[in-house]
Amino acid sequence: MRRFWALLGLLVMAASAAAEIPSSERRSGYDLMGRELRAMQDDDTANPGMLWVLEGATLWKRAAGAAGRACVDCHGEASTSMKGVAAHYPAFDAGKQRPVNLEQRINACRVDRQQAPPLAYESRELLALSAYVARQSRGLPIAVTIDDRMQPFLEAGRVVYERRQGQLNLACSQCHDANWGRQLAGNVVPQGHPTGYPLYRLEWQSLGSLQRRLRGCLVGIRAEPYEYGAPELVDLELYLMWRARGMTMDAPAVRP
Amino acid sequence: MASALINVPARAKRGEIIEVKTLISHVMETGFRHTQLGAAIPRNIIRRFVCTYNGTEIFSADLYPAISANPFIVFSTVATESGTLSFQWTGDNGFSVTESAKITVE
Repeated sequence: MRRFWALLGLLVMAASAAAEIPSSERRSGYDLMGRELRAMQDDDTANPGMLWVLEGATLWKRAAGAAGRACVDCHGEASTSMKGVAAHYPAFDAGKQRPVNLEQRINACRVDRQQAPPLAYESRELLALSAYVARQSRGLPIAVTIDDRMQPFLEAGRVVYERRQGQLNLACSQCHDANWGRQLAGNVVPQGHPTGYPLYRLEWQSLGSLQRRLRGCLVGIRAEPYEYGAPELVDLELYLMWRARGMTMDAPAVRP
Repeated sequence: MASALINVPARAKRGEIIEVKTLISHVMETGFRHTQLGAAIPRNIIRRFVCTYNGTEIFSADLYPAISANPFIVFSTVATESGTLSFQWTGDNGFSVTESAKITVE
C-alpha cells in the first residue's frame, strides 16, 4: 500500500512538472538579479551590451557585398522600421518553409539582398546587428505569430523542451517549469524566458545569442549540443518565445 | 574594432561634484590561458587609462590582467571650468583609443 501511495505521489509530481507557468507567475531573469546588476542593465552607459548596439548602428549604415547596399538603404531608420521586429522572431520563412530566427533572417538578407557572405554565428558583426535590431524592441511585449504553418514547429520545440536528454537525463522543463525559484548550488533556477537576447553574460565576458545559452544548458546536462542554426534549436527558440508571450523585451540584457 | 561609451553631464554648476562613467570595448586577454591544443594565448590588455580636463590630468589608472573584459571605470571630479575632458586608453599591441566629451560649467 505504501508503495502505491509513493507511486501516486510520483505521478502527481510528473503531472505538475508538465504544467505551464501561468502568465501571472512568469518572471524574467531580471527579477532574480541583485540591485547592482539591474542598475548595470538599466543604465545605457554601464550596460556593456550597448557597445555591440553602438557597433550595430555603424554596421546598419555600412554598405556590404557585391550589391553595395547597406541595411539602411532598404529598411530606413531602424528606430522605426525595426521597432518590435525582434519580439516576433522566430518567424515563418516562405522560402525555407520553416521558422528562422533573427540571426538567420539577418544572414538571409546579407546573402540575397547584399550578395555578401553570411556572418558566422556568434561573430562580433552578427551579434552587433542582432543586438541593434533587438534594442529597437525594448519595452515591447514578446509576440510570435503562431498559425497553421507554425504550429508543427511549435510542437516540435515543445517536444525538445520536454524531452529528457544527456547523461543526467534531464529535460528543460524539469528545472525551468517544475523547480524554478529554487537553488541550484549558489544560483536561483530561472524560468528560462528569453526576454533579453542577445545578452551580455558576465560569465562569458561578452554578448551571446540565445543559441549559445541553449548549447551551454545542453552541455550542462551532458547532452551533445545541437549545431548553431540547427532546426531543433530554432524550434526550441520558437517554443521559448511562445512560452514567454506577453513578457517585456529588455535586450540587450545583462545576466550573471 | 574599438568603441567607447562615455557619460559626462553636459552642464554643471561651478564647484559641483560630477560623476564620469567610461566603458570601453576590449577583450582583456590575461595571457594565462591556453587553447585546447595547449598553445598559450598571448596577453592583450589595456595597461593604462588617463583622463585630462582641459589638459590637466585629473584621473589615471593602471590596469592588470585580473580586470575583466570591457573595463568600466567610474570616477568623480569637481566641475571647475567649461571645456573638454579627454580620455585615453593605451595597451598591448599598440592599442590606443582617444575620446573626448564637452562640459559647460555655469
